Amino acid sequence: MQRGTQWEVVIGLETHAQLRTSSKIFSGASTAFGAAPNVQACAVDLALPGVLPVLNKAAVECAIRFGLALGAEIAPRSVFARKNYFYPDLPKGYQISQFELPVVKGGTLTMLVASGKSGESAYEKTVHLTRAHLEEDAGKSLHEDFHGKTGIDLNRAGTPLLEIVTEPDMRSAAEAVAYAKALHALVRWIGICDGNMQEGSFRCDANVSVRRLGAPLGTRREIKNLNSFRFLQQAIDYEIKWQIETIEDGGSIHQATVLFDPATGATRAMRSKEDAQDYRYFPDPDLLPLEIAPAWISAVRANMPELPAEMRLRFERDYGLSAYDAVALTASRETAQYYEDCVAAAGKGSSKTCANWVMGDLSARLNKENLEIAAAPVSPGQLAGIVQRIADNTISNKIGKDVFDALWNGDGPDADAIIAAKGLKQITDSGAIEKLIDEVLAANPKSVEEFRAGKEKAFNALVGQAMKATKGKANPQQVNELLRKKLAG
Amino acid sequence: MILNPIQASLKELAQALGTKAISSVELTTLFLDRSERLNPTLNAFITLDRDKTLAMARAADVRLATGETGPLLGIPLAYKDIFCMEGWLTTCASKMLANFVSPYDAHVVEQFKKAGMVTLGKCNMDEFAMGSSTENSFYGPAKNPWDVRRVPGGSSGGSAVAIAARLAPAATGTDTGGSIRQPAALCGLTGIKPTYGVVSRYGMIAFASSLDQGGPMAKSAEDCALLLGAMAGFDPRDSTSLQRPAEDYRRSLEKPLDGLRIGLPKEFFCAGMSDDVRSAVDAALGEYRKLGARTIEVSLPNSGLSVPAYYVIAPAEASSNLSRFDGVRYGYRAPDYSDLADMYCKTRAQGFGAEVKRRILIGTYVLSHGYYDAYYLQAQKVRRLIANDFAEAFKHCDIIASPTTPNVAFEIGSKSSDPVQMYLSDIYTTSANLAGLPGLSIPCGFGAGNMPVGLQLIGNYFDEARMLNLAHRYQQATDWHLRMPEEL
Amino acid sequence: MSINLEQVGRIARLAHIEISPTEAAQTNQLLNGILGLIEQLQSVDTTGIAPMAHAQDVAQRLREDGVTEKDQRESFQAVAPETEAGLYLVPRVIE
Repeated sequence: MQRGTQWEVVIGLETHAQLRTSSKIFSGASTAFGAAPNVQACAVDLALPGVLPVLNKAAVECAIRFGLALGAEIAPRSVFARKNYFYPDLPKGYQISQFELPVVKGGTLTMLVASGKSGESAYEKTVHLTRAHLEEDAGKSLHEDFHGKTGIDLNRAGTPLLEIVTEPDMRSAAEAVAYAKALHALVRWIGICDGNMQEGSFRCDANVSVRRLGAPLGTRREIKNLNSFRFLQQAIDYEIKWQIETIEDGGSIHQATVLFDPATGATRAMRSKEDAQDYRYFPDPDLLPLEIAPAWISAVRANMPELPAEMRLRFERDYGLSAYDAVALTASRETAQYYEDCVAAAGKGSSKTCANWVMGDLSARLNKENLEIAAAPVSPGQLAGIVQRIADNTISNKIGKDVFDALWNGDGPDADAIIAAKGLKQITDSGAIEKLIDEVLAANPKSVEEFRAGKEKAFNALVGQAMKATKGKANPQQVNELLRKKLAG
Repeated sequence: MILNPIQASLKELAQALGTKAISSVELTTLFLDRSERLNPTLNAFITLDRDKTLAMARAADVRLATGETGPLLGIPLAYKDIFCMEGWLTTCASKMLANFVSPYDAHVVEQFKKAGMVTLGKCNMDEFAMGSSTENSFYGPAKNPWDVRRVPGGSSGGSAVAIAARLAPAATGTDTGGSIRQPAALCGLTGIKPTYGVVSRYGMIAFASSLDQGGPMAKSAEDCALLLGAMAGFDPRDSTSLQRPAEDYRRSLEKPLDGLRIGLPKEFFCAGMSDDVRSAVDAALGEYRKLGARTIEVSLPNSGLSVPAYYVIAPAEASSNLSRFDGVRYGYRAPDYSDLADMYCKTRAQGFGAEVKRRILIGTYVLSHGYYDAYYLQAQKVRRLIANDFAEAFKHCDIIASPTTPNVAFEIGSKSSDPVQMYLSDIYTTSANLAGLPGLSIPCGFGAGNMPVGLQLIGNYFDEARMLNLAHRYQQATDWHLRMPEEL
Repeated sequence: MSINLEQVGRIARLAHIEISPTEAAQTNQLLNGILGLIEQLQSVDTTGIAPMAHAQDVAQRLREDGVTEKDQRESFQAVAPETEAGLYLVPRVIE
């Protein structure tokens, strides 16, 4: 086999998003995470003889919201089917899913992908969705040793899932991750999934194949159950490398289901999926067709929040933000809400400063303290107070940071109180500043001399001395201007 | 009135209980004694539990003593062992569930408990309701009280035996392809399978979900009407349970039949029907004409395909419904196995009987890759054709009549080696299940070996009251339904 | 259409039912008898006929979201073949 040819990677993702309902998709048992084993597995979840499924309306509503958010078609009539296979965490011996007629068809999701090459900016990528369908989750097998046996916890059995399937549109692990992140943000945005990846609320299967440029599609392998963006990236990267090497070494790829081992960073074929499966899908006779009337869709639409794509454009238009800033500020509904509240309090003229603060100091501090924006100790109103005092020259940008820290620590109710209490008000009286500069010049003859000899650095030293003398409160711009004037004079 | 409880109607029993002529404990004890005495011969019951039964009778007597009245209060009732009943063994006549004590009540059980009925016991049946003779029971075959060498029909055979031998005044059954009507016919009883969705399937162990429907079995149409009223009703736990206003199925029992059009499908009245059955059915139709009804010929062109379609759809659904029996959460688990897959395969091989396994295998096959379209999908299309035939026929008639079975009860063991011969005995009954229509069987005479013959009435959707009206008027004019086998 | 022994084995594996070689031969014969019966379906022209999966031509009724079930683990596990620490135990599962 020739080496060094150009390879194209083809990736499609199947994402299982756990829907935010209080009860299960076909039973009245709770979906709350973390309960003792099997206490949230009711007769229906356990598949006791004689029990029957009844579909949760809220799960369907989640699917409608999702379809509307992606501009997809919401099927007026969809059908639940049984997927038959035996596994101890699947009590009925079949999973209720949708097969031929899913509830959501088509739709697109557009996101920015970092190019990964220095000097190249991020690019826009649109991923097409094949479908999204409702199904039930399985229970959990606990493999720790019970005298050489496996323990089965069926609390998760019957939890509602939306399985979201893309076309094989992605061409790199970076694109797959960007899509997964955008999807993750969206499902949280529209409130249908809590997105908690540690708890398994959002997990991805990646179908990966490689082909020589222009060749027909290669054989794909499916990496199952990736529950972090990092694992998604690592698993796909490993799989791509492995497939290319296998082919270049004269081997061929066989369709397989594989697992990613975070410890080794490698993928391996699943033993339990070795046999070719024949799931014998057929319409579930216990469940009549699901009909969604246009009136229901309209009602859901009326309650939809503004979507991130629309909001991004509005931010660019109304707040004069760059596309980059608009994307960052619409990363979550909470962030966008915080930003908008901040601008509302600070005034539209400060929209860019507000953006800088939210994306800069606020976000850095939240990261450092591992807090969600909703839990930030500095409220949007308080931050707006800082922005206003900077705008009206009461304080400098640098002092603003001190005020921010003080508010974060709860030293005062608002920016003005802290400025007053700590005497942080900026000195803008030019008479006072002039007097100060005279003192600095007198005390630093060496620097004055050096400046005059052409050393620009000495000027900065003098500015520094002036600022130091006022504990940073002098207006830096005024200090600059007056100092130049004096030195020139 | 001198009450003979074993021959009395439910109305008469309620009256006797209401006037304190007899207590529920006395009545129940009488039936329990008979059951305990005759069950070793007839094998009608899988479970009899005197203590639990009498506790319920005592509770009913307390209700009666407070002045509470009800048409079913204090009357004993036998259940097919397919209905889950809290604290009672619920086996479906399978080794797989031989140790299964249900932790909950079926909707039907709840309804009858509310009405104050006393559970007399759990009746024998074909394993998981798969069969037409009650020979496919882990607990051995039930015997027809009219001739204990013969089968009582199935799958609700134990229920039929219990009523025919007067071990119980009434019983519940389920009907997936004729399992209420066929044993009712072969034991000389009245049984009705209502329109699909009228009786909740919650707690009724599923055989074929899109066909299964529970219903009452009793001596008379009047009794069935009373029982159906309590049994029917909306249940939010069954997605296919229909939200309809409550009905009194007795409301038109006495209505005259003048001008009523009885359709006789020409496809049913040709080859395959034995002479004895034909003459009993012909006589019954003559009786109907005397009562003022007209008989007209109708056509159900695809009815010949109902048995083939049924034996694709029912096993397909069953193969999936029975996957939950895996030895993990309840029921039988094989004692020895090498690993998980072996545990599944041995548990299911040992826990299911031969006919159940055959149907699971057929069902698995017709759903498997490459065969789905040719078998399962084609059967679903034929099902539509069969339903369409009925819709067309009901444009010309009000009710359809036919024999319930092509022959009287056969001898135990005579058909068990040939499943196809057994399946063909469902020839008149399966089409009502495929279409979802109500079907009823009433005794209409005796045939070969002095064995009972049944007349089947199929009504349009939700036409149970009219069917019961037809059955009742016939029973006012005849006494076939009052005949009972000689004391065993 | 009839099936052979090998297919009987494959179906039995799919259905997770152990079947001995002697049983397989007998089952094969009986299954072919049943397939002979259902073969009649092939004789009908069903072009343009919509498959009928349910006995009712109505839409699915939905349930309002809400927790209605309480913990009944003890009573449910009373009938289980093997449990420990609230878990159902099965032979080791290898993924």
